[in-house]
Amino acid sequence: MKAVVMVRPKDGILDPQGDAVRHSLRKLGFEVSGTRVGRLIDLELAADDPAEAEAQVERMCSELLANPLIESYEIVVEDA
Amino acid sequence: MTEKPRVAVVTFPGSNDDHDAAWALGAVGADPVAAWHQDAQLPTGTAAVVLPGGFSYGDYLRTGAIASVAPVMDAVRAFATAGGPVLGICNGFQTLCEARLLPGVLRPNRQLEFVCEDVTVRVENADAPFLRRCSPGQELVIPVKHGEGAWYADEGTFVRLAARGQIVLRYADDVNGALGNVAGVVNEARNVMGLMPHPEHAVDPLLGSGDGGLLLAALVDSAAAFRATLAVAVA
Repeated sequence: MKAVVMVRPKDGILDPQGDAVRHSLRKLGFEVSGTRVGRLIDLELAADDPAEAEAQVERMCSELLANPLIESYEIVVEDA
Repeated sequence: MTEKPRVAVVTFPGSNDDHDAAWALGAVGADPVAAWHQDAQLPTGTAAVVLPGGFSYGDYLRTGAIASVAPVMDAVRAFATAGGPVLGICNGFQTLCEARLLPGVLRPNRQLEFVCEDVTVRVENADAPFLRRCSPGQELVIPVKHGEGAWYADEGTFVRLAARGQIVLRYADDVNGALGNVAGVVNEARNVMGLMPHPEHAVDPLLGSGDGGLLLAALVDSAAAFRATLAVAVA
């Protein structure tokens, strides 16, 4: 079973990396009013039950993959 | 003469200030010993722990995140819970925050630049073990060198920490966009401290400043006091 975790800087949290990317995009002529840079994590799991997989990934996020003080995350479990 | 208090300096893959920290601790009266990230236990007789600066595990995921779940951190957590003095410097501070042994988190510098310079920090609260050799309001010159040193906590946490005196060091000027110019914090029990500046690089006035030595010497004082409580417990 596969899962994808998307980690984003929380709303309202300063994202200097996103700002730098936005400035560069503007320099290239793109009209971009907001850019936030996060992280995407692909997981291959031993679990074969989607609910069990989701619960496991949820625990991974709170224990390691995201820092809840500054990051939000979204989990998508995919059938392999 | 009593034996020097033993201070364990933990090396993670990518730590690079472990040797400097050990040298500086030795210079202020400690018996520094090396600990390894895979160790399940701290060296025998450990009376204080230092998590040094560097780029543990290549700063993968988030700075300090991988180190915070290294095997040795279970031993460090148990040591801290038992009241043992623990100091995290720079990457060590990041690691202690990720391990939730200290409040807040260190974020990329607001200016997105690596800062490497002597900075002035003000002692906000000297009533914490590692600041006992300083006076409130004292200004210390200690170098920083980090790309991710902007300390952050939510507003409620920040206000609570300030009220409890857990914010112990602040930069005199804005260095990296840290909330409230926070440079160092302690846990509620005050036996765990983290700071972004590098006291181990400021122990000899010949090299610019000896102010970091005040913090490390106070750490050694704490180690001696903690060792005495252990001796009583054993006896």
